[in-house]
Amino acid sequence: MSTVTKADPATPAGSANPLNRRRPLGDRGFQILALAAGLLVLVILVLITVTTAQQSATWFSGGFKDIFQVSFDGNTHFGAMGVLYGTVISSVIGVIIGVPVSVGIALLLTQVVPARWARPFVYVIDLLAVVPSVVWGLWGIIVLVPWLQKIYLDIASGVKGIPVLDSLFGGPNVTGASFFTAGLILAIMITPIITSLSREVIATVPDIDKEGAYALGATRWEMIRGTVWPHSQGGVVGAILIGFGRAMGETIAVALVIGDSVEFTPHLFYSGHSIAAIIALQFGEATGGEFRSALIGLGLFLFVLTILVNLVARWFVERSARRARGE
Amino acid sequence: MMAAASDSLARPVDLREPSGWRRSKNQIMTVLMWLAFVIVLIPLGFVLVTLVAKGADAISWQFLTNSTIPPNVVPLGTGGMGAAVVGTLEVTGFASVLAIPLGVLGAVYLNEYGGNRILAQLISFMSNVMTGVPSIVMGLFIFIIWVTHFGYSGLAGSFALACLMLPIVIRSSYEMLRLVPDSLRQGSYALGASKARVTLTIVLPAALSGIVSGALLAVARAAGETAPVLFTMLTVEQTNSNLFSGPNTTLPFQIFMNAQSAYTGANARAWGAALTLVAITFILMIAARIITALFTRNTR
Repeated sequence: MSTVTKADPATPAGSANPLNRRRPLGDRGFQILALAAGLLVLVILVLITVTTAQQSATWFSGGFKDIFQVSFDGNTHFGAMGVLYGTVISSVIGVIIGVPVSVGIALLLTQVVPARWARPFVYVIDLLAVVPSVVWGLWGIIVLVPWLQKIYLDIASGVKGIPVLDSLFGGPNVTGASFFTAGLILAIMITPIITSLSREVIATVPDIDKEGAYALGATRWEMIRGTVWPHSQGGVVGAILIGFGRAMGETIAVALVIGDSVEFTPHLFYSGHSIAAIIALQFGEATGGEFRSALIGLGLFLFVLTILVNLVARWFVERSARRARGE
Repeated sequence: MMAAASDSLARPVDLREPSGWRRSKNQIMTVLMWLAFVIVLIPLGFVLVTLVAKGADAISWQFLTNSTIPPNVVPLGTGGMGAAVVGTLEVTGFASVLAIPLGVLGAVYLNEYGGNRILAQLISFMSNVMTGVPSIVMGLFIFIIWVTHFGYSGLAGSFALACLMLPIVIRSSYEMLRLVPDSLRQGSYALGASKARVTLTIVLPAALSGIVSGALLAVARAAGETAPVLFTMLTVEQTNSNLFSGPNTTLPFQIFMNAQSAYTGANARAWGAALTLVAITFILMIAARIITALFTRNTR
C-alpha cells in the first residue's frame, strides 16, 4: 500500500490517479506532444527575435546616426524615424476616430439593445473583420482616395492662413493618398476588435450595481457614467491599446493608401509611409546588403513595438478581469 | 413618498421621470450610440456594394478557372485567376493542416495539463500577445529561416500563414475547452481511463463544435492575408499545383498587385479576385456559424 500513496512524478497535477502507477506510453507521449505544441508559441517568438536581429546586424552596426534619420531611400539613407512617424501618426488617427465609435457600439450592444436582439448587430460588426485587409486597401485606393482628394483640397483652401489648422490640414501638396486616409481605413479595421473586447469587459459589470444606480433615480447615461465606466475603464483602455497595436502592424491596406513617400511633416493630408508598408512595398527590390538588412531591422523594430503595446494592453485587460472577479 | 421628498428638499422631485437637462443628455447619448453603429454601417455597406457591383462584372467561369493570369495591361476577358484560386486553396489548406492540430494540442496543454504552472501561464499570456504580432513580421521570419535556404514555394507561404493561425486557434480552442464541465472528466477517470484517453475521447468531442468554428474563423482570416505570402511565395502566371516546389500565388497577392496598377483591366481583375476571396471567407464564416448552431442544439 505504501507504493500507492507515493506520488508518481510523471502524474501531472490534477490527474490524481495514484491507483494506476504504470502510465501507458501513449499517455505520456500525448502529454509531451501537447507540451511541445504549447512551447511552439514561445519558440516561434524567440526565433523571430533572434533571426531578425541577426539579419539586421549590418543596419544596426551602422550606428545611431544611421537609424536616427528621417530619410529612407533604399540607396544611401536608411533612417527609421520617417517611417516610424508615419506608423505612429496613422495609428493615432485611426484610434482617435475608431475609439469613440467602437466604445459607443459596445455600450449600445450591452446597455441599450436587449440581449436577445444583440446577436445580429454583433454579426454585422464581425463582418467588418471578415473583409480582408487587401480588399479594404483596394476599395481605399480606387474608390475612397479620389473622393477624399476633393474633400481634402476643399478643406485645405478653407483653412489657408489659420495658424495651427493650416499646418495640420493645409499646404500645397495635399493629396488623396495620405496619412489621414490611412488613419480612416485603420479606424474601420480596428473597430471590430475594440468593440468585441470592450463588450466582453462591459458585460462583466454586475447587474446589482446597475440596478442600484437605477434605484437611485439615475438615467441610463448616468448609470453608465456612474457604474459601468468606473468598473470597465481599465479593460477598455486595454482594448484600445490592442487596437492601437493592430493598427501599427496593419500592412497591406496602409501600403495601398498612404502614398509611398517617406515624410516627416505635420501635414496630415500629405502622403507618407509606415514601417509595415515600406517593408511590403520595397522588400522585393532589396536583394541584399544594407537595404535588406535595414528592412528586416524595421521589421524587428515593429515586432518589438507591437509586442510591448500588447504586453501593456494584456496587463490592463487581465488586471481589470481580476478586479471584476473581486480579487 | 412625495411628502417625504419635500421635507428634505425645497421642491418636490418626481423620481419616475428625470426632467430637463438630465433627460435630454440621456437621449443625446443614446442617439450618439446608435449613430456610432450607423457610422460603421456606411463604409461596410459601401465596400460590399462596390465589391459586388464591380466584382460581378469580372467574374465568370473562365475567370475562376482559366489557369493563365495575364499581365496587368491586358483587358478583362483573357485569361483568369485559376492559378490564384488553386494557390489560395492549397496554401491555406496546408497551413490549416499544420496550425489547427498544433493549436488544439497547445490549448489541450494549457487547459488539461498546465493548470496554474508558471510555464502554462507564460504560454497562455504569450499566445495572447502573439495574436497581435503583425502578419508582415511572420512573412519576414519565414523568409529568413526558410526561403533563404530552400527557395520560394507555396510551402513557405503555408508556414507563414500557419504561424499567424497558431495563436488564434490556441486562444479559441482554449476558451472552448474551459467550458467543458469537470464532472465529465471526473466521471471518465472514475472508470479508469488514462488522461490522454479522457482528453481525446471525452473532453475534445465535448468541445468540438466550438473548436471547429474557431478554427474556421482562423482559416478565413489566413485566406485573406497578403503580407505573409508577399515574399515567401513570389508569384506565377501559370497554375502551380505542386505546393512543395516553385513559386506560387494567391488571390490576396493578385488583388494587391492589380490594385497598384492604373490599367482598367487590372482594376477589374482585382475586383473580381476580391469578390472571389470575400465569397470564400464568407462561406467559411457561415459554415462556422452553422456548425456551432447544429452542435449546440445536439448537446442541449
